[in-house]
Order: sequence, then structure tokens, then C-alpha cells
Amino acid sequence: MRHLLDTESLSYNNAIQILDTAQEMSAVGEREIKKIPALRGRTVVNLFFEDSTRTRISFEAAAKRLSADVINFSAKGSSVSKGESLKDTAQTLEAMSADAVVIRHWASGAPARLANSGWIDAAVINAGDGTHAHPTQALLDAFTMRAHWAKLSGTASVGADLKGMRVVIAGDVLHSRVARSNVWLLRTLGAHVTLVAPPTLLPIGVEHWPCEISYDLDAALEAGVDAIMMLRVQAERMNASFFPSTREYARRWGFDDARLAKLDALAQKDTIIMHPGPMNRGLEISSAAADSPRSTVLAQVRNGVSVRMAALYLLLSGDMREPATPSNFPPVVAPSVPSVKDFS
Amino acid sequence: MTSVSYLIRSASLLGQTTADVLIRDGIIAAVGTDLGADVIGDATVIDAAGLIALPGMVDLHTHLREPGREDSETVETGTRAAALGGFTAVHAMANSSPVADTAGVVEQVFSLGRESGWVDVRPVGAVTVGLAGTQLAELGAMADSRARVRVFSDDGICVSDPVMMRRALEYVKAFDGVIAQHAQEPRLTEGAQMNEGIVSADLGLAGWPAVAEESIIARDVLLAQHVGSRLHVCHVSTAGSVEIIRWAKERGISVTAEVTPHHLLLTEELVRSYNPVYKVNPPLRADADVHALRAALADGTIDIVGTDHAPHPSEAKECEWASAAMGMTGLETALSVVQETMIETGLMSWADFARVTSTAPAQIGQLADQGRPLEVGEPANIVLVDAAARWNVDPAAMATKGRNSPFASMELPGKVVATFFHGHPTVLNGALNTPYRAVTAS
Repeated sequence: MRHLLDTESLSYNNAIQILDTAQEMSAVGEREIKKIPALRGRTVVNLFFEDSTRTRISFEAAAKRLSADVINFSAKGSSVSKGESLKDTAQTLEAMSADAVVIRHWASGAPARLANSGWIDAAVINAGDGTHAHPTQALLDAFTMRAHWAKLSGTASVGADLKGMRVVIAGDVLHSRVARSNVWLLRTLGAHVTLVAPPTLLPIGVEHWPCEISYDLDAALEAGVDAIMMLRVQAERMNASFFPSTREYARRWGFDDARLAKLDALAQKDTIIMHPGPMNRGLEISSAAADSPRSTVLAQVRNGVSVRMAALYLLLSGDMREPATPSNFPPVVAPSVPSVKDFS
Repeated sequence: MTSVSYLIRSASLLGQTTADVLIRDGIIAAVGTDLGADVIGDATVIDAAGLIALPGMVDLHTHLREPGREDSETVETGTRAAALGGFTAVHAMANSSPVADTAGVVEQVFSLGRESGWVDVRPVGAVTVGLAGTQLAELGAMADSRARVRVFSDDGICVSDPVMMRRALEYVKAFDGVIAQHAQEPRLTEGAQMNEGIVSADLGLAGWPAVAEESIIARDVLLAQHVGSRLHVCHVSTAGSVEIIRWAKERGISVTAEVTPHHLLLTEELVRSYNPVYKVNPPLRADADVHALRAALADGTIDIVGTDHAPHPSEAKECEWASAAMGMTGLETALSVVQETMIETGLMSWADFARVTSTAPAQIGQLADQGRPLEVGEPANIVLVDAAARWNVDPAAMATKGRNSPFASMELPGKVVATFFHGHPTVLNGALNTPYRAVTAS
């Protein structure tokens, strides 16, 4: 595996390997010196064709903790309108000896194009493409769920999957790369996924996805749920007849205070509430829900750095397991590595 | 003028009977198995043993890009490609720059075709000024021009306003024209990138639903019935469209329909590569659609094959999917793809092939000297095909400027060995020969 483009093609073994490696990486973030020399001398380019400060700084922190050199390249807007093609931009970065290109793009499939076109040799990591995929987000979500799931069962999370976990993903599935990537990854890891959305915000063809579909958030909650993930509603959807009004949306599909109380009433005390951020408080999620002890929003952000460290490390070190080869991978980071001092 | 003659020896006419065909002065002078030396005279002999002779193919749907986008194609390069593909006539779509919406532009394209001399170039006139959909173009002036336009289309854009479509259908009755509709409901396809279905859901690409095509076809056949005019439906791509057209024909509505080679062979699964060479409008559809289109072409519900040859410069395809231009080249692969999908599958004979690639499109376009039978006295527009040959598609080796062939690297059956255009071999031994020079201007 040379690139991380989506989760649909990510094997079980590779997914577990990334999560296990992320587990080790998370220890780095808890040290006083949050840095290991694993990728010293390697160059990681953050190529962002779409604004996303959160994802960019997460990748930047991940690369820097691995001692890689980081170049941030912001090319907001259409590459065509900007006058330079994706091909030329990519080859410019290649000429600067990029080892990995982390790409965020408004066009679905742009990372696949970069990886498969022969334009560049660098490893490509998809940091979100159009409405297609956001694999590192799904991996950090899975990492967060796995930690919760293991804690509940009193077992170690390393090596574990999500077998038996019931996950509800609610909101604008149609336009959500987060939902798509989660559906495939959670399926691979053995979780049971239910998508909840207004029918207008589900893609035609969704019935072929490995998940359940519901239009009724309350029924989905009453059926029992271990993790509920609320998706962001983009402002541009609000006046395009996908739903009558933001208030009606919030009442029917938002995780509001009443539904938070319902979880308590249903005695689902261990259900976590997730959100990929940034949140529209009061629309898809109420402030009480977002700030409740159930919320994993900040843990997700923290885990994002670990997961991205793992992805960068595994792709650049070439240690990624081949698909479907079950083997124990060697420990990635010796915990005692004292790390680099030349970081100012 | 000296007499120029060719003797096509031992060709299989329409894949049915073997005979010699004598061409003299642009006309089929004799057909038979025992033509005497006195008849043959000094004719140049072309050994066509094992080859199939067909009437020259007629494309009702070609984008020659000139004037305006000569970086994509010119009349010269596009018609060279056409001749190599076995065509003797092409209809040049109107979405050039400037748009072919005046007598001046259609006469320019017509003249460029005459000068090139590889095939007949028949300009298609725009239905509305600038393809903008708001004002009828001067259809009568284009019909009366030297280009004698009979087919009108805003192809690339749907005449979506029902009143505009009604008026256009009505108006062209005055000179027996036909409106060729690009059926695409615009609101249902805003930002559309590919067929809407299972694959678009996975890929996160905005969907182009079948209903956007079918609803316009349903409306248009009813309008054609209401005003008693002729409708031609461009590039039919869905099983549902086939059903509507079949229904309309059963009711006696004057509608003809077209399918492209790529919609007969390729499916939306190819889009999973995100390679924009597979981006086309209407989009590649599902397997069930492909099979419905093949069945419809075989049973006559769909009348013709039209290439929708749409060359683009490489930079228009070497980019992310959403930024890429829509369209595929098709002139030099049409025969092979139709053979692969319709003849190798047993759905059609070579005689049927001649009907859907020559006779019927010539009738729709009202080309009197094209799509004629291979009989004495008929114009010698003939293509010789080696149906047993197989070849690997190499876009770099094509005559078209476009390198955007979705069939690249595929092995396909059938090679055009020779093309005779008004009795002159524009293609010989599978390679371009020389263009035909008309003796008299029209």
C-alpha cells in the first residue's frame, strides 16, 4: 500500500495496523518532548486546495512530531481558475523532493488522480476530497471508538476491532466524505452502522452500502446505540430545498437536549456523542450535548494527530502491511527514543 | 476530364453476396461476378477478397471544433479521421465559436469541408442564437444557404424551454428540417458529473439522473406529435429512454433516435478510476442500460449510430474529474465498436450495420447521395472492411487531434481498408490516400 486514498479499499489488517501504530504515537504526544526522529530528512507537503485549518494543522503537527520537514502549500479555489493545473502544481512539489503529499481538494477523486496518473512518485494521503472520502478522519473516529469500546469491555485496544459496536451517523450523508469513509471503515472493523438523514440528504444508491438506513433519529436511538456521530450541515445546503428550515432540521435530525435526555432515560449511559467538527451548535448538535461528558469531540481532535502520525510513518517507512497478510508488525517506535534536540 | 475507374474485386457486399464493383466517374458503373474486360477497361483493380463492402458511413453527430477551437480539431483533421473511420459524410455540430447559428458560419464550415475533400461535411445549425435558448436562430436562412442545413441542434445544451422547443419543431416544418435534441433537463443536472446511482454514491460525484434525459424525451415526443413535426433524439443513453421512444414510435410519432458507440460498450464502472477520459455527456450508464441500448438498436427502436466525436486538448483531460471537459473521440473507432457490440454478439448483420451507420442517418440528414445501396447508378460512397482483423487502439496514432479515446489500449475487431468518396479512394490499404476534389462547385 503506497497511498491512503479511501477506506473502501483499506484492508482489515492495514486498518488495524494504522490504529495500533496510532496508539503508540499517542504516547509521543503525552511526553514532555513531543517528537521522535522517525521521518527526519523527509519532506511532507500539505497541499490544500480548500480551506481547512483544522485538518492542515493536525497533519502539520503529526509530521513535525515525526521530525519531517513540512511545506504548506495553499492553493485555494479551483486549480483551473487559478491558472495552474493540478498536474503542474503536483510536479512542482515533486521537483522539490516531496516524499509525501497530503492533499485536500474540493474535487472528488483528485487524490486518486494524483496517485494514479504517473505525475509524481510521492506517497499521497487524502486529507478530504470533495464529497468522496476523508480516510484519516474515519481512522481517528475509529480510533476514538475503539478506545471507548475496549475500555467498556475492560480489554486492551491494541489489536482490537469494533465488532458488535452499534454506530449511528446522522445528518447530511449526501455531501459527507466523513460519512462515506466511516461507513466503509466501520464495516471493515465489524461495527454495525445506521445512517440517519432526511431522504433528500441520502445519495441515490445508498441502499447498496453496508449499513442500515433510517429517517428517524429517535427510533435509531431507541434501538440502542454505542456511538452517535453528528455530521455538520453546510450553510450552502440550507437554502437549496434539502429541508424546509434549519429549525425543522434541528427538531427532526439534530442531537438536541431532548435526545440527550432520552439517552439518559433509555439508560444508555455509555453512549458517546461524536462530531468531526466544526460544529453548528444549535443546529445538528445542542451545546449541552457537545459539552456533555459523553462528547468525544476534543478526544477526536487529539487522536487525529496520532492517526495522521501513524499514516505518515507507515506510508513513508514502507512498513505498511500488504493487504490481507495477517502478521504482527514490529514495534514502530521504541518508547525510550529520547528524540531530537534540534527542534526549536 | 479523364475517366477514373476502380474495380473492387471479390468484395462481400453487405456481407451477403460476393461480387465485383466497378466505379467510374464517381458512380457505381457495374456490379457482377463476371464483368468483361470491355466493361472493366483500364480500371485500377483493388483486391477485396475477404473484405466486406458497405455504403460509406454517415455520422449525424460530429464535433469538428472549427471555427474557434482549432486546438482541439479542425475540419481538415476531423474529416481525415472520419475517412479513416469509414465515413463519407459527417454532420458538424453547431457548438463552435462563433456558434453555427447564421448562414455565414454554416457556409464557412461547409466550404472548409469542400476544401478538405475527405468527406461530405454537412453543418448542423444551432436552434437558438448562441445556443442560449432564448431566441430562435435564423433557421430558414441556414436552410436556404449553400450549406442547405436540414438538421438543427443546440447539442451540448438542451433546448429546455418547452415553448422554444415547440416553436423550433413547428418552424422547421417549413423546409422539412429536423430538431436534434440533446435531452438533458438542466435543473436536474446542475453540476452533474456522472450517472446517478450506485457508483456516484460511492465516488461522491454529483449525479446525472436518467430521469433528466427521459423526462425531456417524453416531453419532446409529445410536442412533436402535437405540432406534427420531426424529432431526432441525440445520444440516447438509458433503458428508460428506449422505452419512451418505443412507445412514441408505436403511436406513430415521427421520432428518430441515436446511440453512440461508447454507450454501446462502456459502463459507469470505469469512472471508479476517476480518469476523465471516461467523462462524457450524457454519462456512461449502467450495464442494464448498455444492454437495452444494444437491443433497441437491433430492433430499430434506435435508428442510428452517431459518434458524438468530441476531441479535446490533453490539458482538458489531464486534471481532476470535476474540472475536465466532457467528451470522447469516436470517428476512428466507431466501426470497430459497433462490430464488437452488435455484430460479434450476433445482434445484427452487416446489412443492419449499413442501415444504422449509413442509410438511416443519411435519410435523417436528407443527404441524397449518401447512404445509398451498392447498385449500378448509385454514387460510389463505399467502405471496404476487414472484419477479421483485430487491432489495439492507440490514440497517439489517430488522425484526430484529440487523444481522448476511452478505447485506448483495447483490442477491437474490424479495420477499414479503403474508403471511396464519390468514387475517389480517400483511404487505401488502411491509410489516408488523397482527398477528393469536386469538379464543380455547388
